[in-house]
Amino acid sequence: MSVLSVHDLAVTYASQAGAIPAVRDVSLDIDHGEVLGLAGESGCGKSTVVNAILRLLPPGATTTGQVLLNDEDVLTMKPGHLRAVRWTGASVVFQGAMHALNPVQRIGDQLAEAAVIHRLSNQKEALVRAGDLLEKVGLPPRRIRDYPHELSGGQKQRVMIAMALACTPSLIIADEPTTALDVMVQAQVLKLLNELQHEMGLAMLFITHDLSVLVEVCDRLAIMYAGKIVEEGPSAAVFGNPAHPYTTALAAAFPTIGDQRFRRAPSGLGGDPPQPDSIPSGCSFHPRCPVAFDECPTVVPDLYEAGEQRRAACLLVRDQAGVPT
Amino acid sequence: MSEAVADPTPPSGDDDAVLEVRGLHVSFEGRVGLGAGVAGKKASVSRAVDGVDLTLRRGEVLALAGESGCGKTTLARTIMGLQQPKLGEIRFEGEPLGTSTKVLREYRRRVQIVFQDPTSALNPRQTIYESVAEGLRIHGVTSQDGMSEEQLVARALARSGLRPPERFYLVYPHELSGGQRQRVVIAGALVLDPEIIVADEPVSSLDASVRGEILKLLLGLRDDFGIAMLVVTHDLGLAWTIADRVAVMYLGRIVEIGPAEDVLTEPLHPYTKALLEVVPEAGGLKRPFLTGEPPDPTQIPEGCRFHPRCPELISGAAAAAGVEARCRGEDLGLVELRPDHFAACHVAAARHGDAVPSATT
Repeated sequence: MSVLSVHDLAVTYASQAGAIPAVRDVSLDIDHGEVLGLAGESGCGKSTVVNAILRLLPPGATTTGQVLLNDEDVLTMKPGHLRAVRWTGASVVFQGAMHALNPVQRIGDQLAEAAVIHRLSNQKEALVRAGDLLEKVGLPPRRIRDYPHELSGGQKQRVMIAMALACTPSLIIADEPTTALDVMVQAQVLKLLNELQHEMGLAMLFITHDLSVLVEVCDRLAIMYAGKIVEEGPSAAVFGNPAHPYTTALAAAFPTIGDQRFRRAPSGLGGDPPQPDSIPSGCSFHPRCPVAFDECPTVVPDLYEAGEQRRAACLLVRDQAGVPT
Repeated sequence: MSEAVADPTPPSGDDDAVLEVRGLHVSFEGRVGLGAGVAGKKASVSRAVDGVDLTLRRGEVLALAGESGCGKTTLARTIMGLQQPKLGEIRFEGEPLGTSTKVLREYRRRVQIVFQDPTSALNPRQTIYESVAEGLRIHGVTSQDGMSEEQLVARALARSGLRPPERFYLVYPHELSGGQRQRVVIAGALVLDPEIIVADEPVSSLDASVRGEILKLLLGLRDDFGIAMLVVTHDLGLAWTIADRVAVMYLGRIVEIGPAEDVLTEPLHPYTKALLEVVPEAGGLKRPFLTGEPPDPTQIPEGCRFHPRCPELISGAAAAAGVEARCRGEDLGLVELRPDHFAACHVAAARHGDAVPSATT
C-alpha cells in the first residue's frame, strides 16, 4: 500500500493576469520505506506540490485531483481532521532552518509543541521526549534548553528534522533540506536523514534542485519541468542514463569529477526555464530542446514507457516503441 | 613592509605570472561589547586570510575552493583592492600594487570582478546600456580601438552572448532572466577590456540548466581574449569543468594547489580528500567524512591548522609516518610534492620523501 498517492494533481494560482498553471497533472506514489526524489529548477512547481499535499497553499490557489495520504484524501478532508493529519500523518522539513525556528523560544519547547497540540503527551513528557528526539538526530539532550541562536546552521537543521519526527509521521517531506548548508555539513545532514529513514522505515519525499544529492539518497526520481513530471524511474538509471533530453541537460550540470567527458566542457541549455504564465505549446520543453523535431511544438507528450519501471514524456521515447501507460 | 622583509618570499620566478599575492594577511577586529573593558576582555581578531601566496598565470583559469568562512571571498576582495591587507603584497604585472587612488583606479580597470548574485549587482533603475557603459564613464573612456562608447557597449554585450545587443539597450534588469542578468554583469566587466576577471561564485545563484552556458562563456573569454580568471567556488565539480589549476583554502591559508586534474583526482592534502568525499554522487552515503562544524577563524589551531579534524592524525597514519608531533606543533607552508603540485601537509610530505627541488618549476 502506498503511503502517499497523488493522482492528476493540478494547481492553478489566480493572478491579475489570469490563471497561472503551476502544477499540471502530477501523479506520484510513495511506498513504505521508500524515498522519492522530486527534482527541478526554480519555478517548475515542486514546492507547490509540497504545499498542495498538506493543503498549505494560499487562498487564491485552486487544487484539483487527489492526494491520498494513508488512503485518505487530503484535499476533501474536514479542517479538524486535516489538522490532526498534519504532522502525525506527514511532516515537513522546510528549507532555511535559520528562519523556521522561533528565536525567542527554547528548542525543547518548540519540539514539544507539536506533541502537546496533538494531545500525544503532556508538557512534561513531551520535554523528555524532545530530549530523546535530539539524541536521535545526534545532539546532546541537554540542548533542549538552548535558544536557536546558540546553534549552528547544521544543528538547527538537525532540530528541524527532530521536529518533523516529533509525532512519528508515516511520511516526511524534505523541501530543500540542505540547500543553505555548507558541503561538509550537507553531507552530515544527508547521512542523518538516510539513517533515520532506514531505521524507522519512513516514506520520504525529497525535494531539491540538486540532482546529485537526490541520486545519493533516493530510490526513485521524478523530474519536473514547467509544472509537469517529464521523467521518472529508479534514481541511478535516470541520472546515469536519462531518457528525456531535459534530464540529460540537468544531469550534465552536476559533473562527475574525474570523468574526462566533463573536463573543460561545460554544457548547458540555451534559454531559460519558462515562466508559469507563458508555458510553450506542445511539449513545454521544445524551445530549449536540442533534439526537438516538427511534431514537438504541437503534440503534448504523455509519459511513455522508457525501460523497466521508467517513464518519460518525450515524443522520441514514444517513437522508440514506447506505449502510453 | 616589515613582515615582507623578515620573510623574503621571492617573486616566484614565474615568468607567466600576471598577478602575484605574497604573504597576504587580512584580519577583522571583533567588536568589543559593553563593559568588556571592565571585564578585561579583548576583542577577538578574525584572521580571515592568514598568509596566502598565490600566483595567477597569464590566460589561466584558477579555481579557489573551500568551505564558507575559509577566507576565499576575503582573498578575492583583497585582490580587487576592496579590502586592505594587514600584511603582504599584491603584484600586478610584476609591479607591487600601490595605494594611491590613481594607481588603484587603473588597476581596477584591468582587473574586473563578477559577483555571485547578478540581481543585486545590477542597479534596478538603470537600463542595461547604462549599466554596461558605467564602467567606461567612470574610467573616462570615450573611445577605444577607434570605437565609440556605443560600439564598445555593443561589442561587450555581443561577446557576452546577448545578441543582437541593440535589443538590450533600453531593457531593465527585471525584464531579464537570471542567466541574462549574469551575462550583463559579465559584459560590464568585459567592456573595459580587462586582463583579469575575478569571479566570485559566478553561477551558484543560477538555475542548473543555465549554469553550463555561463561557464562556457567564461571559458570562451579565456580562449578568445586570453583573460586570466580567478574563480571562487565551493563546488569542486565546477572546478573540474573549467579550471586549469585548483587552489584549496582552509582557515585562511591555501593548503593545496596544483593542476586541476592532479588535485581533483590525486589529492595530497587530507582536507582536499575530505572535500572530494562529500561531493554527492550515485552510490549512496557510504563514504567517511569530517565531523564537526566549519572552524572559527578567530581561533586558528597551533601547528597544522587542520590537525584537530585531520583523519590522518585520528587514524594514526600521522604517527605511523612519524610526524604526529610536527602536525600538532609545526605550521607547515606549501611544499612542492609533485611537479607544480603543492600541499601543506606533514604526512603527505613524509610520504613523498623530500620535496621536488623547487628549481624545476
